[in-house]
Amino acid sequence: MASILSVINVTKQFGGLTAVNAVNLEIAEHSISSVIGPNGAGKTTLFNCITGFYTPERGEIIFKNTRIDGLRPDQVTQMGISRTYQNIRLFANLTALENIMVGYDPHLKTNWLDAVLRTKRYYEDEKAAHEEALKLLRFVGLAGLGDQIARNLPYGAQRRLEIARALASKPSLLLLDEPTAGMNPNETGEMMRFIQNLRDSLGITILLIEHDMRLVMGISEQISVLDFGEKIAEGGPKEIQSNPRVIEAYLGRGAATEGMATASAKKS
Amino acid sequence: MSTKNQFNWLKAIQLGAIAGVIGMLIALVGMVEEFDSRDIISGVFSMGWTMLLLTGIIAGYFSASHQTSKATSIAASGITGFIFSIFMSALVLIIENFELRQTFVNASPQLIKALTFESGVPNGLAPLTIAGTVFGLAGGALFALPAKIRKAVSLGLGMIAFLGLMEDIILVTIANFSAVRSAIGWMFGKGTASGLSILGAIVVFIVVTGGNLIWENKSSSINAKLKSMPANRQRSLRILGYGLLILFILYLPFILGLYLTEVVNVTGLFILMGLGLNIVVGFAGLLDLGYVAFYALGAYSVGVLTNLSGQLTLELGWNFWLALPVAVLISTLFGIVLGIPVLNMRGDYLAIVTLGFGEIIRILALSDFLKPHIGGSQGIVNIPPPEFLGVIINNSQTLYYVIVAGCVLALFISQRLRDSRLGRSWKAMREDEDVAQAMGINLVATKLLAFATGAAFSGLSGSILAIKLGTIYPHSFALLISINVLALIIVGGMGSIPGVFIGGLLLAGLPELLREFAEYRLLIYGALLVVMMQVRPEGFWPEETHKREFHENEQTPAQEAA
Repeated sequence: MASILSVINVTKQFGGLTAVNAVNLEIAEHSISSVIGPNGAGKTTLFNCITGFYTPERGEIIFKNTRIDGLRPDQVTQMGISRTYQNIRLFANLTALENIMVGYDPHLKTNWLDAVLRTKRYYEDEKAAHEEALKLLRFVGLAGLGDQIARNLPYGAQRRLEIARALASKPSLLLLDEPTAGMNPNETGEMMRFIQNLRDSLGITILLIEHDMRLVMGISEQISVLDFGEKIAEGGPKEIQSNPRVIEAYLGRGAATEGMATASAKKS
Repeated sequence: MSTKNQFNWLKAIQLGAIAGVIGMLIALVGMVEEFDSRDIISGVFSMGWTMLLLTGIIAGYFSASHQTSKATSIAASGITGFIFSIFMSALVLIIENFELRQTFVNASPQLIKALTFESGVPNGLAPLTIAGTVFGLAGGALFALPAKIRKAVSLGLGMIAFLGLMEDIILVTIANFSAVRSAIGWMFGKGTASGLSILGAIVVFIVVTGGNLIWENKSSSINAKLKSMPANRQRSLRILGYGLLILFILYLPFILGLYLTEVVNVTGLFILMGLGLNIVVGFAGLLDLGYVAFYALGAYSVGVLTNLSGQLTLELGWNFWLALPVAVLISTLFGIVLGIPVLNMRGDYLAIVTLGFGEIIRILALSDFLKPHIGGSQGIVNIPPPEFLGVIINNSQTLYYVIVAGCVLALFISQRLRDSRLGRSWKAMREDEDVAQAMGINLVATKLLAFATGAAFSGLSGSILAIKLGTIYPHSFALLISINVLALIIVGGMGSIPGVFIGGLLLAGLPELLREFAEYRLLIYGALLVVMMQVRPEGFWPEETHKREFHENEQTPAQEAA
């Protein structure tokens, strides 16, 4: 399958600390891929590099055959990449509907004068944004909550609203940063089906950061493992589960050798 | 369990002590003494005592709110009031026995007289104690009343205080209308006596309180009746309402007379600035403390472009109506130019830098360097009054229409921007700048548009100020103007357009009317802001949220289910 996003040799440093070190990543179009790794492994920094929030010191990021590293976040979003945050970052005092409408902003053309004079373009834009927001509200299962102030929504609804807001820009690549953080197994299972449905019904590519292994192993076609800013493994769920370096990174060296022993014992 | 019926002594005493300290402060800064001669209800109750009454009532109210049962809450408010009065009595005794006037100029025999109902120590201490306790009890009683009645009673009392304060202004205003004067003259004190007459106070209280209660009971049914009317009737009623409002606004200067129209004009200029700063601070969340710079730029631009005095290097002598748009344009451009360096700054840093910009503009205006061009400390004098369709705009009544036009324009633009893509982007930026950018919003353009629009309104306000005063001095553009405009937005409600009007009336209009308070203006400002932040941080008229998922006429699922 064609690759939609290529991260080539990307390095991001903060002072003396190398948060992401020469990481390579190929994301296939219409795939669901995951980036996993222990806390502080550089996963969110990598996301921030892709979305333009950070500019990497070295390396290239290519999205749909265009270099996007060095672009501003809003430019990256205009190109078709959209994201959610690990700790939900909604526009807390706006309504759910307004939150989604802000997400639709890249598709609007209204300027200052249009808004003051209420030109045809203003009405068309407002109508389009409003309809899109209503559609997305239904899509994520929040119909009826559109007029609620975002911060008053229950936790799970906030998560889904954030995804709806990210979808409003009609991205071809959606980055989800720990979409199930703070959810119980039941909700996690629901979120897993929701993400699969996202990809299948909208035909977009999804890249997630996740800690919940059941979710990661359940839906990812490709998993990349980061540890101390470096990519230590990559592959399908099966390969990753049995990879000694991954086990070492997560559980320590002792566990890794033991794991290897049981794995080889099973094989023989 | 055991705490449930316990009497909350601590709170009652604490609040009494707080009220006592506040009361002593009010007395020592001179408010009781100075306003003792100014009556709210003539011969009965003075403005100085009103301040103490307010302190006692509020303390009593809060004291009552900390108790669990009605009986204990009344008792607690009494205790709070009593402790309040003990503090006041102590103050009287201290002033009587020690010489405090070295430090507290107002700790004078007059103050003792005022506090002890003219009877002095010790005869007046008992009435003072009783009064304080009664104030506290009144607060408790207010708490015990059902919410609706409490609101109506407070409104009635507030109206008495307001009308009492405004007595001289009202009398001057109605002096031109002899019919009105003879109709309501009995409400006010006779001859030189200030304040309402006793009968007037009673009538005002009954009318306002009763009217409010009736309105509370009937408003829902009236609304329902309005709603059930056919759409075209509703429409024509609304048009009629707007028509009456417009007529009222147009006719207002003739009712108010010259002086009150002047007050309205000052308020209008502040509201115009407030509408601009509301876009910058309220919508976009960019804390700008140098906002007065654009006010100055607007005023100076008009001054330089229209002046013919022969003292400046430029002698353009433009018509005001030509200079006005140019002045607004210049302010707007400076809004953008001063916006560019602060694009990457947030919160406190932005506030400090814009504060600096404001001062730079003022100091430049004052400087010898620019003196040949803009007059330095002597300012620009003799700015010719403009003419509109043959009418020379040189008094407050004609200027009123220019200011109203400016405010209506700014209101119109604010409202339309708020309800557009730009308004949403501003609010998103206010909530979380990084995320707003990640959602595809161009921060540079969005911020600069906020700065530019805000600067344009402020420049417009300054331009009108130039012809209002006819002269411009650098000291008209002090930092305090920026602070005042910011305060009126906070008091009205950040990001709320009606809030700007409320804030303007309260913080720009009222101080103009209450000239006696001029000395205490900043003290009252400070107290008001602290109380606002504690009790009602969202402002008097908070920004409303727009319900857009369901249109008003559509059925909501809940209604469908019912």
